[in-house]
Parts: sequence; structure tokens; C-alpha cells
Amino acid sequence: MAMLEVRNLNVYFGVIQAIKDISFDVNQGEVVALIGANGAGKTTTLHTVTGLLSAESGTISLDGKDITKTPAHKIVSMGMAHVPEGRRVFASLSVYDNLKMGAYTRKDKKEIQSSLEMVFSAFPRLEERRNQIAGTLSGGEQQMLAMGRALMSKPRILLMDEPSMGLSPLYVNEIFAIIEKIQSEGTTVLLVEQNAKKALSIADRAYVLETGRIIMEGKASDLLEDERVRKAYLGA
Amino acid sequence: MKFLSQLISGVSLGSIYSLIALGYTMVYGIAKMLNFAHGDVIMVGAFVVYTACVAGGLSPFFGVLIAVVCCTLLGVVIERLAYKPLRSAASLAVLITAIGVSYFLQNMALLIFGSDTKQFSSVVSLPSVTLADGSLTISGETIVTIVLSLIIMVCLYLFINRSKPGKAMLAVSEDKGAAQLMGINVNAMIALTFAIGSALAAIAGALLCSSYPALSPYTGAMPGIKAFVAAVFGGIGSIPGAMVGGVLLGVIENLSKGYISSQLSDAIVFAVLILVLLIKPTGIMGKKINEKV
Repeated sequence: MAMLEVRNLNVYFGVIQAIKDISFDVNQGEVVALIGANGAGKTTTLHTVTGLLSAESGTISLDGKDITKTPAHKIVSMGMAHVPEGRRVFASLSVYDNLKMGAYTRKDKKEIQSSLEMVFSAFPRLEERRNQIAGTLSGGEQQMLAMGRALMSKPRILLMDEPSMGLSPLYVNEIFAIIEKIQSEGTTVLLVEQNAKKALSIADRAYVLETGRIIMEGKASDLLEDERVRKAYLGA
Repeated sequence: MKFLSQLISGVSLGSIYSLIALGYTMVYGIAKMLNFAHGDVIMVGAFVVYTACVAGGLSPFFGVLIAVVCCTLLGVVIERLAYKPLRSAASLAVLITAIGVSYFLQNMALLIFGSDTKQFSSVVSLPSVTLADGSLTISGETIVTIVLSLIIMVCLYLFINRSKPGKAMLAVSEDKGAAQLMGINVNAMIALTFAIGSALAAIAGALLCSSYPALSPYTGAMPGIKAFVAAVFGGIGSIPGAMVGGVLLGVIENLSKGYISSQLSDAIVFAVLILVLLIKPTGIMGKKINEKV
């Protein structure tokens, strides 16, 4: 049984079908990438998985438990955190308060403190700026904050939506190095990216999404070599 | 001395506007709606105090306490029954519903208490203070209103900025989706906001009717509108803005009454609002965070 199982998922925006009967698995310990062009349905998929959008039909299960109808605010305490597209940090709160929000559902103060130290050691820049208002951080720092905030819930599976969007190449490398580190520490990752090359280089497996359908799936290393993928997404 | 006296009673009236404006601005901040029934919650609060103290013979303290409890429940029930079903509806539908709730409350009060104006007996038993050899008299109501409002605002400010549920409310008002991803129950936070706003409205109702003791089913309408003006004046959605906006509005109103014309004072208040909106559309403390993308 996979950790996260999505089966025959259909999602509509009014009359428009954004997600067409997609199924995928994320196994414990993997980094799985969902790649595809703008508007392919990647973000919609993640939003449906974490309950921000509701599915028309299909099932989503986490550790074998059906979460298709679970409201979004109950998902994080089940061990699944979501770093949304565009970071969406709480701009008027401080870096520290943003991180504390990530641990909103946790009670044990000591454990929260140790998570905070873990996040600060992964992102030293956040510690330097812990009292700064989040809206004044640079894009890359905000991405780190959004990731740190999600890690504060101590997730077993982390969903990341376009973490490299709008960042300088230097930051992109840093963010991807951190994703690999997160995986090496035992957290499962579902990664949505337009930067297919980067995503495939760190993922174990990947699914290619096109206009709401999964058109290809396989080992990331195979997809990197695949002619169609190279043409359509890697610009080669 | 006349100026000082006008100023002090202006601050007192303004503190009441602030308490009401806080309800408007907090609800707007978190639910992005204008709760035009908020003014009528003040009236309900005042009627509860009136009933409890005059008919029930309770002490003013318990009267106000019961009013706070009743209005808190009322606020939560209104939100649950009238606004929550419209969470994803067009904002115009919500606005019209709020006006409907406002009329509903007024007419319920009309049905129960009749249309004649009741003489409200002050909940304040503090004697007035005479200063500067008798040339400046400050009523007990004025003192209690200012001090109590100040205490409430400090507590509210600390609650919002220091406590976990307070910060969660800020998070929800900024980004509901991201707040949900943190595990924050958005509906519970909205209900909490209505509860706090309505509790403040009950206190405002008791203070207002202690200073201006005529109570009728329409008592809440005008202060409600003025507090809304105060909230916009200060920058709707901003809590410090509502506090400052309310006090300024009360001072402007009282000084206009004292020095220009008591008939024109409301017109002056609204003219000031128009001016502020022309010069600074976000209000004096309106939020505009520079967010890098």
C-alpha cells in the first residue's frame, strides 16, 4: 500500500473539468514529481489532495485512510503538509510567528522547540531574520519560510508546489538541495514543478500531466532520457 | 475649559465608536464582509441591560455581564444562520443579508419592547469629578467609558498579537487557504471573531445608553453607521485603525457640536470621511504591506 494513493480523481471548476480521471501513488520515502506545463492541473491536484478543493469523484487516501472528504484544516495533523504555490507566507506576521503557525496543531512545547531548531539549522537565514516581518523577505527567503513553516508540523509527507518559481538560479539550487535533505531525513515528498529538469534530477519517480490527464509515468531517470519528455519539457 | 470639556466628552463618545468599530473591522478583516447588523447588536445589548436591571432588578454589573453573554451568543448565531451559508456567495448577497438581519433585529425589538423610547438608567455609579475650581466637570460615565474602553482595547490588542488564537485570526484574515493548511479551522475563527465583536457591542451599548439614556429599537442604527465610518476612516480591516478612527470621529463630532453647529455635526463627520477617502483611500491606518514577489 502506498502512503498516498489517488484513484480516478476528477475535479471541476464549474463546468470546466480541470482534472480528468487521474491516479497516482506516492510511496513512503520517495520523492515523486508531478511535471507539466502551466495549466496542466498540477496545482489543482495538490489542492484537491489537501482538501482546499473538493473532488467531483475519485478517492484520495493517506496511509490507507480515505481523506477525500476530510476538510483542509484536519489534513496537517494527519502528517501531510503542503507548501503552496506562490509561498503564501503570512506577510504581516514575523518569521518566527509564521513558523509557529506551522506548528499550530501541535501541543508539545518541547517538541515544537526542537522542530524550530531543526528548521533554523536547515535555513540559517530564517534564524537571522526571525523577528523580521515576512512580507519584507526576498522571494527566496519567503520560499524557505514557507518550507520551514510546513516542516514545523513535522510532516511524514510534504507536498511542494513550484518551489523554484520566480527564484534566482542560486536559490533554485539551494531549494532543491534542501528538498533532497528533507527526503534523506525520512520525509516523503510530492513535488510539483514546471522546472522539469530540476525536478526529474532529484525525483525517484514522476508523472507527466497534460491538460488534466496523466500522459506518462515512470522512473525519473527514464523520463529524463525520454524523447517526448525532452522535447516537450526539457527544451532539448 | 469649554474646549477641554468638549474634547474629553468627545474622547468618551469616540471610545464607544471605537468599541463598535472594532467589531466591524475585525469581521471585515476575517470574513471580508460588512456586517451592517452590528449596530443593532448594540441595541440588543442595551435592551438586555435595561430588562435585567429594570425588570429583573439585577445590579448593573450583572446586567452588563448578561448582555455580553447574550450578544456573544447572538453574534455567533447570526453568523451561523445568516452568513455562513453564504460563505462563497457574491459579496452583494452577503451585504443584503446583513441589512436584512439588521431590520430583523430592529423589528424583533419593536415587537417585544414597543416603539416608545425607554429611559435607560446609567450602569455607572461613579460620581462626577470637578476639576480646576469647578470650571471643568467630568461625569462618571465619561470616566468609566474612557477607562473601560482603554482597558478593553489593550486586552484585545494583546490577545490578537500575542495569543495563539489571536495570531491564527490574523493568519485567517490574511490568507484563508494557507491558514487551513496550517490546521486552523477557518469557520471556528470566523465564529470567534463574531463572538468578540458582539461582546464589545454589548459593552458599547451599555456605555452609550448610560451617557445618552434614550433607548429605542433604533438606538443602534446611527452609532452603528458612525462606527462603520470610524472603521473606514481608520482603515477597514485594521484594528489600531478602528481604535484611532473611533476616537477621532467622536472628537470631531463633539467639537463640531460645540463650536460649529449641533445640527450640522453629523454632516461634518461624514464630510470628514469623504475627505479622508479622497486623500487616502485606505484610511488613516489602512494596511498596505509591501510584499515582494
